[in-house]
Amino acid sequence: MLNSEKPTPDLLQINNLRIEATSYPPGEPPRDVVLVDDVSVSVKQGKVLGLIGESGAGKSTIGLSAMAFGRGGVRLTGGQILLNGRDIRTASARSLRALRGHEVTYVAQSAAAAFNPAKRLMEQVIETSLHHKLMTRPEAEARAIELFRKLGLPNPESFGTRYPHQVSGGQLQRAMTAMALCPQPDLVIFDEPTTALDVTTQIDVLVAIKAAIRDTGVAALYITHDLAVVAQVADDILVLRGGKKVEYGSTDQIINAPREAYTQALVSVRSIDHVEKSEAPSVLSVANVTARYKGTNFDVLKNVTLDLPAGQTLAVVGESGSGKSTLARVITGLLPAAQGRLTFAGRTLSPDLASRSKDDLRELQMIYQMADTAMNPRQTVGTIIGRPLEFYFGLKGEAKRARIQELLDEIEMGAGFIDRYPAELSGGQKQRVCIARALAAKPKLIICDEVTSALDPLVADGILKLLLNLQAREGVAYLFITHDLATVKAIADKIAVMYRGEVVRYGSKTDVLTPPFDDYTDLLLSSVPEMQLGWLEQVLNHRKMESADN
Amino acid sequence: MHPVVTLVVQRIALGLLLLLAVSALIFFGVEALPGDTAQAMLGQSATPEALANLREKMGLNDPLVGRYFHWLYGFVTGDLGVAMTNGMDIAKSVGQRFGNTIFLAFWAALISVPLAILLGLLAARYNGRWPDRLISGVTLATISLPEFVAGYIVLYFLAVKWQIFPAMSMVFPGMGVFERLSAIILPVIVLVLVVLAHMMRMTRAAILNVMQSAYIETAELKGLGPLTVIWRHAFPNAIAPVVNVVMLNLAYLVVGVVVVEVVFVYPGMGQFLVDHVTKRDLPVVQACGMIFAAVYIGLNILADVVSILANPRLRHPK
Amino acid sequence: MTRIPLSALLGLILTGGFFFVAIFAQFIAPYAMDELVGGVWDPISAQHWLGTDSIGRDLLTRMIYGAQVTIFVATCSTILSFVTGSVLGFLAATAGGWVDQALSRFVDLVMAIPTLILSLVILTAVDVTMINLILVMGLLDATRVFRLSRAVAVDITVMDYVEAARLRGERQGWIIFSEILPNALSPLVAELGLRFIFAVLFISTLSFLGLGVQPPLADWGGLVKENSAGLVYGIPAALAPAMAIAALAISVNLVADWVLSRTTSLKGGRGA
Repeated sequence: MLNSEKPTPDLLQINNLRIEATSYPPGEPPRDVVLVDDVSVSVKQGKVLGLIGESGAGKSTIGLSAMAFGRGGVRLTGGQILLNGRDIRTASARSLRALRGHEVTYVAQSAAAAFNPAKRLMEQVIETSLHHKLMTRPEAEARAIELFRKLGLPNPESFGTRYPHQVSGGQLQRAMTAMALCPQPDLVIFDEPTTALDVTTQIDVLVAIKAAIRDTGVAALYITHDLAVVAQVADDILVLRGGKKVEYGSTDQIINAPREAYTQALVSVRSIDHVEKSEAPSVLSVANVTARYKGTNFDVLKNVTLDLPAGQTLAVVGESGSGKSTLARVITGLLPAAQGRLTFAGRTLSPDLASRSKDDLRELQMIYQMADTAMNPRQTVGTIIGRPLEFYFGLKGEAKRARIQELLDEIEMGAGFIDRYPAELSGGQKQRVCIARALAAKPKLIICDEVTSALDPLVADGILKLLLNLQAREGVAYLFITHDLATVKAIADKIAVMYRGEVVRYGSKTDVLTPPFDDYTDLLLSSVPEMQLGWLEQVLNHRKMESADN
Repeated sequence: MHPVVTLVVQRIALGLLLLLAVSALIFFGVEALPGDTAQAMLGQSATPEALANLREKMGLNDPLVGRYFHWLYGFVTGDLGVAMTNGMDIAKSVGQRFGNTIFLAFWAALISVPLAILLGLLAARYNGRWPDRLISGVTLATISLPEFVAGYIVLYFLAVKWQIFPAMSMVFPGMGVFERLSAIILPVIVLVLVVLAHMMRMTRAAILNVMQSAYIETAELKGLGPLTVIWRHAFPNAIAPVVNVVMLNLAYLVVGVVVVEVVFVYPGMGQFLVDHVTKRDLPVVQACGMIFAAVYIGLNILADVVSILANPRLRHPK
Repeated sequence: MTRIPLSALLGLILTGGFFFVAIFAQFIAPYAMDELVGGVWDPISAQHWLGTDSIGRDLLTRMIYGAQVTIFVATCSTILSFVTGSVLGFLAATAGGWVDQALSRFVDLVMAIPTLILSLVILTAVDVTMINLILVMGLLDATRVFRLSRAVAVDITVMDYVEAARLRGERQGWIIFSEILPNALSPLVAELGLRFIFAVLFISTLSFLGLGVQPPLADWGGLVKENSAGLVYGIPAALAPAMAIAALAISVNLVADWVLSRTTSLKGGRGA
């Protein structure tokens, strides 16, 4: 699309961009907040710029500014956004409509929500090309089918006749990429396109996107919170924090020689060194457990056998639908096992929650993925942590308060938080309070259900370090449920890999992570992006199994 | 069979079952209430003899379940029994009045539905701006008015003070359509006022809900104009919720009709019902109650069937 | 404490005023409730600020006593519907199983019939006394409160913090009072206002139809009925009680809207 006779200016040149929005805090007068301040970047034709940062860093906002679009009352208040040489920040609505979907297109994080549920995929994929009169219908359809094929979608000829709800999440994300590429734009904005997908699916989509970018020669803005992912596709990377630039450089420089402390922390995240502990007597053993949900005739857990030594961490890894969370429900007694036996701290554990002793309940605690919903919003931190102290140990008044402060110190938060409400805490602080509540019961075992997956990488790192410290000090064992292998490597002593309700691999960390692998473990291990250039290409060469999504 | 057909059949069957349960509730529920029907009808001063006679006449001495099935069978076959107070055939008296009521409700619906959808769209389009605020303010006021208050205000100003329309809404057999229409202008205005507010509010909410979906943003980012976005992407998804809103409010109209008919002395089902409640004529009240409930349930079934048919997930299963 | 918006303040003052008049009707009213003091539909004068009614009673006095009757009946039935509805709703949500099924299906059944129609059927069979009116209105309206409180409680019971309490071994009662109720309260309080408005409109409608409060007592709906015949002759006496009904409903609505917006913004919170 770009006229190549002119001396090529950068395709996209953003200078000193400033973005503001009005916030409406309840009960206070509205006030303006600055979302992005003084950010400058440029993208050359056919190049990929990665935008990376935690939630609230302003990366999506900057991405959408390349279409001069402000989501939900967001205003582009300063600087220049030069697209193909002209400033689009102040362009008229009419000329913006002409360039959106034509020169710049967008791939959203959740393709499932971004597709119109009432229309067939083909109709939506070629809509832009027809609307801007770029192609005839047969041309557009031919191009769409070509893109479906290139993106590895099944039955490319007939794929477009389906409705969005009839295809899987990973396929929808590829279809959305096809929709963005169909009108042959100059620039595509990828807004966290793989974040919502399972880890093995993510790699397939990532590969498809990368190949499509390469083959079509389109330029791209790739927005993500995962530095390892962006390192696989980007030429340049802009690291953002709180709406401001932290560091901007080539991918090679950012990954291999980061200058800023924040970037260094991002690069070295999940590099916790954890040496597995030696054998110990078991605190929990799960023997031949089978379970199914009421009213179904399908076993979500099939003959699961596991063993967790006291004071150690057993990581249960698997994708969504693998039964790992069901295992937690069975151990806690929320879903009584249909068959099999649970032994906890040397005694047989009743399958049903209602018939367990108070000591069983106390010694087996749980921490949840969403700390937000795991705490009663109407209770203070003191009440939340204090309740188990009162309930299990009968602590009251001064003694209780003193113990709460002790626990707050243990989670590195300090006594100042005792009268705060959950809504006043950050995501990491909330999870820490949940840890303190579990610790208050002096448990022998804590079940951690995806406790770090909702957190930003650096915050998650802090939580993992805290958990390891607490284990060293209190001797508590963890059953750590996660889909993230990097986390597993950081904290596990033992690992169980689950797939479709079965344990496909189980043993000490070293054994599980040392080849030869079974097919699924191989797929899973090879799907975890590593902070290393060219990793994606290496992976593709030795894969044995396709992801379940395709 | 296509799963949608199964779902629709299921929904209709469920509705019929509900109707059956409602008939049982109306029949047995009244029986279970404290107080003696015959006593209530004749008053405290009735002689034991008169009471016994009435009981015999009403069949109150027969077994309850048998009476229920007899009543239900009559209902299905169009025999609604006879009125206590004057011995008239209920089906006959109801027939004509039912027609009058439908006539009134039909015109009210014909005006209010398009108007409500239009205003709802307008309010949604200018969400938070003055047209929206104005419409919301007026809505709040009309929602707070019971039907009869709205009725008398309209009557007082339009018919008495300014004498634009006739105050009484007399219709009788043999009247021409045009005469009939001019007779029901006031009740139609009141019914429209009463239903409009709710319908508009709910339409606005339904449309706003659709407009906030991610796929609307996708369409905007494709460079489509606002009208194209609404027509091509919002409209197909808004049909089901809006139809639902309309059906719910038509069901609400059924109730509004009762009061409005009394205000304007309109010879419809509603007035007939209220009349016989005052006279404590249980067979008539039960028959009318069943008819109103059947219409109400029917509209609700219709709303659900439309939602099923409009849902692409159900129309095109995996 | 946050600032109260003007509309809500107006609503609060008016609602307060109505309740004040209702409670102290006996002391405020210039005449006795049933006293004949003038001719039929005398116009507005210094003695009779709103004129007289269809048989020559002071309309203002009738209105003041009408406020008492209307608000008394509406308040009682609202309390009844709230207590019954929310207790059963919470019970259904937390007990689950057949208790929930039985209650929910029965409520579905009752709500399948328009409330006005069902109450007319019932009022044919029972004596129309004040107690019966309150019972019928309160119990029929309880179905709506039941649905809301059950939905709210079900939303809360699936929260992780309730599961955490269950895993800790807490008793059912403790879970309801400490974990569920505090979080269910604010949507229910907002609903309280709406139910009260509904009760006011409902008793007015019943009385207007002649099936509500019986003479010589009269609520506002009854006053409209008593004086409605005059409208055709251009005598607006019936409009005064009609306006009073609307004014009460609007002012409570303004307060309820404000409470509702406060609680929803609370839910959004800073954490979400």
